[in-house]
Amino acid sequence: MKTLNILRSAFRALRRNKMRSFLTMLGIIIGVAAVIAMLAIGQGAEYSVKQQISALGTNVLIIFPGSQQQGGIRVGAGSVTTLTEEDAIAIAKECPAVAYVSPGARSGGQAIAGNLNWGTSIEGTGADYLEIRSWPVEYGEFYTEQDVKAAAKVCVLGATVAENLFPESSPIGQTVRLRNMPARVVGVLSKKGQNAMGMDQDDVILAPYTTVLRRLSHSPYLRQVIVSATSPATINEAQRQITELLRMRHKIASYDADDFTIRNQSDLAATATATTEILTILLASIASVSLLVGGIGIMNIMLVSVTERTREIGIRMSVGARGRDILTQFLIEALVLSLLGGLLGIALGVGGSLAISGFAKWPTIITAFSIILSFGFSIAIGIFFGFYPARKAAMLNPIDALRYE
Amino acid sequence: MTTRPPEGQAGRNGALIRIEHLAKTYALGEVDVHALRGVSLEVERGEFVAIMGASGSGKSTFMNIIGCLDTPTKGDYVLEDIDVSKLTRDELAIIRNQKIGFVFQGFNLLSRTSALENVELPLLYCAMSNKDRHDRAVAALQRVGLADRMHHFPNQLSGGQQQRVAIARALVNDPSIVLADEPTGNLDSRTSVEVMGILQELNANGITIIMVTHEPDIAQFTKRQIVFRDGKVRSDKLNPAQRNAAEVLKEMPMVDDDEEEAAA
Repeated sequence: MKTLNILRSAFRALRRNKMRSFLTMLGIIIGVAAVIAMLAIGQGAEYSVKQQISALGTNVLIIFPGSQQQGGIRVGAGSVTTLTEEDAIAIAKECPAVAYVSPGARSGGQAIAGNLNWGTSIEGTGADYLEIRSWPVEYGEFYTEQDVKAAAKVCVLGATVAENLFPESSPIGQTVRLRNMPARVVGVLSKKGQNAMGMDQDDVILAPYTTVLRRLSHSPYLRQVIVSATSPATINEAQRQITELLRMRHKIASYDADDFTIRNQSDLAATATATTEILTILLASIASVSLLVGGIGIMNIMLVSVTERTREIGIRMSVGARGRDILTQFLIEALVLSLLGGLLGIALGVGGSLAISGFAKWPTIITAFSIILSFGFSIAIGIFFGFYPARKAAMLNPIDALRYE
Repeated sequence: MTTRPPEGQAGRNGALIRIEHLAKTYALGEVDVHALRGVSLEVERGEFVAIMGASGSGKSTFMNIIGCLDTPTKGDYVLEDIDVSKLTRDELAIIRNQKIGFVFQGFNLLSRTSALENVELPLLYCAMSNKDRHDRAVAALQRVGLADRMHHFPNQLSGGQQQRVAIARALVNDPSIVLADEPTGNLDSRTSVEVMGILQELNANGITIIMVTHEPDIAQFTKRQIVFRDGKVRSDKLNPAQRNAAEVLKEMPMVDDDEEEAAA
C-alpha cells in the first residue's frame, strides 16, 4: 500500500472523529508547547545571567599573592606579601594579551566629611580600574595616571558613601579625611548595586593605589592586581603569560608551586551558567512529563480505535491486507496525530513564549534546538505509543475480526 | 497481479481446488469441538458449487479454510498447485488478495467509504498505479451494473446494491475463485434472485464460484450441491435442473423495484 494512500486514509479516519482526534492531539499540543515555552524561559534566564556576568567583566583576572609553600606549610591566598608594584608594571609592559592593569591596595577606616563620618573600605587602584570594571563615573572625573604617579591626595566616592557623607551638597571638590589624610573628592561613581555575593559595591572609596600604599597602609606590597585581557577569548592566553612572567620575576624553580594565585571571573560565570542550565533542564523535564501523558492519551485512543474498527480490520484482511499493512495503517494514524499535535504545539509554544516576553517582560529565547527537540520527541512518542495498539490490530485473526460485533 | 495459469494447466489433476482429509478442531475450554472431521473433495475450474447444511454442520468452517481466513488442524488444501495449508499468515494474505474474492452475508463494506473506494480496497494491497486501480474498480462496478452509483456511500444503497458492490470488490482482482457466504441471507426474495443472476452471469463467463447457503431455493441456481452434516460431506451431486435466475426474475412481480429505487 502506497504511503500517500495510507496517509490519505489516516486523515480520513481521523476526520471521522474530529472532536476525539483534537482532544487526543491536545495532550501533545500542550506537551510540546510547554517544552518549548519552558526551554525558552530557561534559556532566556541563562542569557540574562550571562549578560549580567559579562557586564561584570568576563575578561577580568585577579592576581593574588600567596599559595606559597614554606617548609610544607601552605599559606592561603593574599596572606603573604610577594606581589609588588614592579610586578604590576611588568605585566602591563610584557604581556600582550593584557589590556589594562590596575594594582590594588586596601585600607579600611572611617571617612570624615564635616560633621559626618562613615566607615567604609578604601580601595587603592590604578588609573585604568574603571576600564577594567566597565564602571563609569557619575559626576566629576576619575583620577589620572599623573595622580597615581604622584600619590596624590585625591579620591572618588562610591554612590553609597557619597549619599552618607554628602547628603545635601555635591561632594566634588570637597575634602574627605581618610584616617588622618585629607583627600580631595574628584568624582562620584555611578551606582553598581550588589555584587554576586550580595555585598554593596557602592560602599567604597577609590584612591590611587600609591596613595593608599604610601600614606595609609605604609606597605610596599600589593593586595592584588586586577587585569583585563584584550578580549574574553584571550583570557586563558593572558593568564598563561602572567603566570610565566611572575614565575620568572619571582625566580620560582620549575618544581616549585606558584607564589601567587590567579582568579578568573569566567569561573564565576561558569557556575552561574551551570545553575541556570539546571533550571532549564528542570523546567523542560517537568514539561516533558506532560508530553509523555499526551503520548499515553494517543495510545489510549488508538486502542479504542482498534477495538471499534475490528470489523474494518477483518474486512481489510479478508481482501488481502497483511499484518504489516494493518500495522502501518494504525501506526501512521498515531503518527499523524502526534505530528499534527507537534506542529500545533510549536505554534502555541512559540506564541506563548512571545506572549510571556511581551506581557511579563521575562526574557525568553526560542532556539531551533528546542523546536527540533520537542518535535522529534512528539514523533518518537507517536511511534512509541502508536506501536502497541497497531501491533494489536495487526495480530488479529482475520476470521475473529470479521465476526466481531 | 493475478498469477492464474493459462486454462488447461490448472492442478495436477486439472482441479482448481483439491482437499484431502481436511479436519478442524476448536479447543473451547476443555472440550474439543470437531468442526470438520475429514473432508475430501475437488472443485474444477468453472464450477458453481453450493455448500449446504444445517448450522453446525461445518460448512462455514469449511468456507473459512477455503478462503484462507482460517487454517486446518489436519489435512491438505491445494489451491492451484499451492499447498495452502503450509503457508504463513502473510502468504495467506497474498493468496486472499490475488486468488480469492469474498462475498459475505452482511456485505462487509467499509462504511462512510464510497462504493468505488470499497471496490478499490483489494487493489490497495498490491502494487498498482492509482489510475489502473480506478479503472479496474470502475470496470468491476460496471460488470455488476452499478457504474452510476460509484460515489454513493453504502448507507445510500439498498441491500441488493450493497451486495453488488461487494461482488464487484470480489471480482476486481480477477480472482481464481469467488467465495460467497450466504450472499442472499440478508436480502428479500426478489433481490436474492437478482444477486444469483449476477453470480450466474459471472459463472457463465468462466468464474468459479463456491457459495454457502441453507436455502434449497437458492441452491437451485447452482450447478453442483454439496451437503455437509456433522463435519463431513453427506452428499455431493450435480444439479441436473439448474434454474436460470434471469428467467425466474421475469416471472416475479415487479413491485419491489419501486422500493429499491426509493431506498436508493
